[in-house]
Amino acid sequence: MSQVAELLPLYNYWITIFLMISGLYIVVARGNMVKKLVGLSLFQTSVYLLYLSPGKILGGTPPIIAEGFEVYSAPLPHVLILTAIVVGVATLALGLALIVRINEAFGTIEEDELFDRDDDDA
Amino acid sequence: MIEHHLPALLVVVPLVAAVVTALIRHGIAAYVTTLVASWTLPVMALMLLGQVLDGGEVSYALGDWAPPVGIEYRVDGANAPLLVLVAAMAALVATYAPRSVASEIDIGRRGWFYTMFLLCVAGLLGIAITADAFNAFVFLEISSLATYVLIALGRDRRALLAAYQYLILGTIGATLYVVGVGLIFVMTGSLNMGDVAARLAGIENTRPIFAALAFITVGISLKLALFPLHVWLPNAYAFAPSMATAFLASTATKVAVYLLLRFLFSLFGTDFVFVQHPITPILLALSLAAMFAASFVAVFQEDIKRMLAYSSVAQIGYITLGVALATQTGLTGAMVHVLNHALIKGALFLAVGCIVYRTGVFRIDQLAGIGRTMPVTMAAFVIAGLGLIGVPGTVGFVSKWYLVAAALEQGWWWLALAIVASSLIAVVYVGRIVEIAWFREPSSRVRAGKRLPIEMIAVTWVMAGATIYFGLDAEFTAGLAGRAADTLLAGLAGPG
Amino acid sequence: MRLDVIVRVTTKFFLPFMLLFALYVQLHGDFGPGGGFQAGVITAATVILYAIIFGLAPTMRLVPPIVVESMVPLGVLIFLGVGIAGFVTGDNYLNYSHLAHDQVHGQELGVMLVEAGVLVTVCGTMIAIFYTFADRGRS
Repeated sequence: MSQVAELLPLYNYWITIFLMISGLYIVVARGNMVKKLVGLSLFQTSVYLLYLSPGKILGGTPPIIAEGFEVYSAPLPHVLILTAIVVGVATLALGLALIVRINEAFGTIEEDELFDRDDDDA
Repeated sequence: MIEHHLPALLVVVPLVAAVVTALIRHGIAAYVTTLVASWTLPVMALMLLGQVLDGGEVSYALGDWAPPVGIEYRVDGANAPLLVLVAAMAALVATYAPRSVASEIDIGRRGWFYTMFLLCVAGLLGIAITADAFNAFVFLEISSLATYVLIALGRDRRALLAAYQYLILGTIGATLYVVGVGLIFVMTGSLNMGDVAARLAGIENTRPIFAALAFITVGISLKLALFPLHVWLPNAYAFAPSMATAFLASTATKVAVYLLLRFLFSLFGTDFVFVQHPITPILLALSLAAMFAASFVAVFQEDIKRMLAYSSVAQIGYITLGVALATQTGLTGAMVHVLNHALIKGALFLAVGCIVYRTGVFRIDQLAGIGRTMPVTMAAFVIAGLGLIGVPGTVGFVSKWYLVAAALEQGWWWLALAIVASSLIAVVYVGRIVEIAWFREPSSRVRAGKRLPIEMIAVTWVMAGATIYFGLDAEFTAGLAGRAADTLLAGLAGPG
Repeated sequence: MRLDVIVRVTTKFFLPFMLLFALYVQLHGDFGPGGGFQAGVITAATVILYAIIFGLAPTMRLVPPIVVESMVPLGVLIFLGVGIAGFVTGDNYLNYSHLAHDQVHGQELGVMLVEAGVLVTVCGTMIAIFYTFADRGRS
């Protein structure tokens, strides 16, 4: 019982896990291509939380060399996540561009309809 | 002076060339930039290999921030051969490219194709050369995004679907990798591979480390197309432009294998990965499944590119088999198969590119009699195909020799038999091509056709010749692979 | 009376302040949340808002597509140029220390130039994506 009580206040990690699982579920379970990309974005967002939460120290400040600032929160995860966000944006943009072209070429963006038309080609 | 900056130059030169190609959108000028930049790469990579063979490892601190504070590029016995491989493939494929690309891609998009090709080369070289875990993720995504675009530029409209599927799966793989790196970062506070290896020794609670190992292995396995995470590969290789397929088949998965090896051996350590946790049985089972299932499926394919793609999945099974055995011989077999399979598959896909250029045909039943109308190309195809089977005298034999020796060292007779048995399946699908190419009457589609440009057939024969040359005189490649295996097994001593 | 007059007039007031805010975010990247990527996106958002309100053709006259398509590689070239300047001054790649008279100012100058390169590329990319897809489906 006390183990559960210890784990409950770590709500940021629970949110991370929830986002990760729901993102992956959306990618697998939804047939619409745009929805898959949304799930992918959700999955990547959970990773940002995973990096940032351990970096924050309660009572910590940005690393400022001056009087009165002693405990610093880690600044490195923020830089890493900025890079990861840009990568995520680029992937999302590329995926959406591909979906626009697929829609023009095939007329649909639902996976089951695409499979039917794909078999006709092959 | 240039010798000191080689690690950085190896990544900067293709990046600058990619940017210049994006600025001048004109087709011919873009191609010339690509060609010039691609040919400087093997020169630089060979110089780096020379430095490593002379003096051990080369370490380069970006921005002069000493590791572990800064990002470090490190070249040692394990990645120097890989750098030479990627650079040489980039140069050869760039030489092969111009008329092949001109026949498959519209003129408005050719400049962008070369830009993406150079970005892909820069990304792959960056993954191979960096010693910082997060930097590896950045280069992984650079090369992957460029690959998605390269695939999507294929002629068939299903190339778009293949690119989309690869995008979804590849991004999931890269994100799983970054989750693993995040767990390592939280536990050790560092991202430099050598520094993490040193710090991991002192950690008591190893459960997050094991979770990190699992995430990183699954993430990289998606990129290296380990069975059953290979689903994107057949579509991607079948529908991409010929030159892109040839380049990707020989480099992209191999660099992912190197990254996995670097993490398993240098970062986590042989003891943690293979002794304390059951990685060996899992990898062994998946490798055997890949070797048999993928070879089996390759026999029944209608499209020659798709057949070669499934064959690639099977060959990657051989490589991970060597990794699973985790001994000096096993790792040597894995590394030498990395080099050899790149040569073999490169030659095969370049030959298919020649066939597609001349006849526009890639369905196997329509290739009847092509051995008589394109004898030179098909000869190169058959020579490389013999390498796939592992006939003595070809490079394939060298790798299979090391793998069988490693299996026998462990006393696993059944594994050695399995390796030989799966090679026999390769006889079936290569033999099928031989039968259709030579023992049937040429169809009308095969008779007609444009003249094959000299650069395409020359590069194809250089690759096919290399599969014979390095098969007969394996000392160079096997020596490099053995040295790589030693370096990996020794682990990373520390930063710098 | 046209109902979009209100939107047009009010938005016209906003646009210069958005650009000013983008400049603020760009230059305060080392002291607070900000930097090249965020500023690039805000600048692109300003141009896209202009396009939404006033139409695509006036926007393309204001920011021609050829300019936008050259901005993308140009920003990367600025970044790479700063890195290569490290070679010229005798240090490793991406070493900013010798770009100015002492190390602290060199690092500041290097970071500012690099962020400017990022701003140019990100802004160009966002506007280019908008231009490519904005007039599809019209014909």
